[in-house]
Amino acid sequence: MLEHAWNETGPRFKAWLAALLLLIGVGGFCYSIQLGTGLGVTGMSRDVSWGLYIGQFTFFVGVAASAVMVVLPYYLHDVKVFGRITVVGEFLAVTAVIMCILFILVDLGMPSRLLNIMLYPSPGSVLFWDMVVLNGYFFLNLLTGWKVLEAEYTGIQAPDWVKPLIYIAIPWAFSIHTVTAFIYSGIPGRDFWLTALTAPKFLASAFATGPALLILISLALRRFTGFDAGQEAIRRLSIIVTYAMSITVFMIMAEFFTAFYSQVPSHMYALKYFFVGLYGGNSFVLISWIFAALCLLALILLLNPKTRGDEKWLTIACASTFIALAIEKGISFTVGGFITNPFGRVTEYWPTPIELGIVLGIWALGAFLLSLFYSLFVTVKRRSERGLV
Amino acid sequence: MKKPLNISRRTLIKATGAAALGIIPAGTLLVRAAGKPHPKALQAKSWAMVINAKLCPPGCRICQEACHKAHNVPNMPDPKQDVKWIWQESYNAAFPYETHPYPDQANEKRAYPILCNHCENPSCVRVCPTQATFQRPDGVVMMDYHRCIGCRFCMAACPYGARSFNFKDPRPHIPSVNQAYPTRTPGVVEKCNFCDERLAVGQMPVCVEACPTKAILFGDLSDPASSVRQALAANVTLQRKTKLGTRPKVFYIV
Repeated sequence: MLEHAWNETGPRFKAWLAALLLLIGVGGFCYSIQLGTGLGVTGMSRDVSWGLYIGQFTFFVGVAASAVMVVLPYYLHDVKVFGRITVVGEFLAVTAVIMCILFILVDLGMPSRLLNIMLYPSPGSVLFWDMVVLNGYFFLNLLTGWKVLEAEYTGIQAPDWVKPLIYIAIPWAFSIHTVTAFIYSGIPGRDFWLTALTAPKFLASAFATGPALLILISLALRRFTGFDAGQEAIRRLSIIVTYAMSITVFMIMAEFFTAFYSQVPSHMYALKYFFVGLYGGNSFVLISWIFAALCLLALILLLNPKTRGDEKWLTIACASTFIALAIEKGISFTVGGFITNPFGRVTEYWPTPIELGIVLGIWALGAFLLSLFYSLFVTVKRRSERGLV
Repeated sequence: MKKPLNISRRTLIKATGAAALGIIPAGTLLVRAAGKPHPKALQAKSWAMVINAKLCPPGCRICQEACHKAHNVPNMPDPKQDVKWIWQESYNAAFPYETHPYPDQANEKRAYPILCNHCENPSCVRVCPTQATFQRPDGVVMMDYHRCIGCRFCMAACPYGARSFNFKDPRPHIPSVNQAYPTRTPGVVEKCNFCDERLAVGQMPVCVEACPTKAILFGDLSDPASSVRQALAANVTLQRKTKLGTRPKVFYIV
């Protein structure tokens, strides 16, 4: 079946893959520099000891988890229109998990010792559990996505053991993002992270990001491959994005209330740092206001049924949602925990070109894998719909 | 041409077996010898430190210099990516949220030595995914530089800023290497180890010994007769960020 990812593709697709390969090469080159010199080539420091890599990891765990937003309605609520795109969601999850593992790998000071996590299992460490749940989620989605697609390809029903795995993958999706949130929300002295709202907020923003991305992917697939997810599926996804985005913004506002009404300094520092700067540090002010503006734009377009129902406006709303939450979870949230440092000072962080090159390479690798997965998916769909099975 | 070794397979197996039989007891003896504590080793149920900041002259860096020299701590060119085991901070930096705008003038000028608190309930140990950082029965929080994967979860989890990461190769930045203590590779985390290598051979921590004003006391917190317990009984002392529940074992006389 795998050969269909490649065999029936045109020159435009191949050029796209070649361009992505080039970017992967750029990422690989940047990583070779980092590997030679150490993480000193990044903008990270003793005070801001996690940066873009861990932020991106967190963000893509959310993207991976959000596949459940098509799988859950289809399998538990019999929302038939999602039947055509559950596999799209599952392959998105698989790709996102691969990206997550790469983001962790490039963040390690000693990547050659990665397997120490398995050699010396430490059940007290949230990172250990994150490794367990991410790997489990990866295999669950790879197996179920593959078997469901294969069933369509061969015209033979998927084996019985696939169904239970699909059901297990549903709560598992919630677990991966919860465990990722617990990395942050369970450590003393980082008051921006130390809130029970972290895990619920992560889940809510993931369920806005992922379905927004799925809408964008569905529209792209229709435009470039002719595969149509269906009006109704997109309409339903857009409602999910609307609810999830509203809940996310609500939770962020709730954080503001607690910090600024209580007036507890350590709870206000990170939020002040983001929006007005703190102690002369203002690297994040611009992107924080971009984040706020995009959230507002997305909410206006999503909450209004007319704009939500219009594909052009919906595209803008979904792109705004995705970019806004990529800023919030993909970098700001991680850095915010380090504001202020343990001595009450602000150390600024901003990714270096090498850091950005590595991140770009991993994004390109994700796009590359996703393109191949979807090329395979679209070809199999086309064959089965033409009755070629 | 060299003559091939004329050994039959049988002889070879026999010789190998005999050698193995010889190595095992010899090896066991070596391991036994290595596991035996030094006759003068200092032992305690719970090591702790009391620092009398009143005796700590501002601008003095003697403890830092002695410690960093003994432990091959580099002087990294970029202060944002520096490695530090013990250094000085102002009262406001050492005790944020426990300050007010009208401090007494003496304390305002005072410098507070900052180091790993060797917490009784260490969050860094809890989060480490490989047990590369661990707590000994005597309370010393240790680092295994050979197991650390450099994920820096411990740095995020330490509320005291006591941990350093080797962002770049530290070796070119060590003024003179002390051959008796290992240097580190890039990519691992390190911090103060309460001089475990000195305790093991009957010596007090190097900062305690180096301090010209005897401002640093080191002893067993579980022993009411120890120097640290007596100092705690006789003075007003502070710990950094007690509300976090980490139960630090470095106390400051203010």
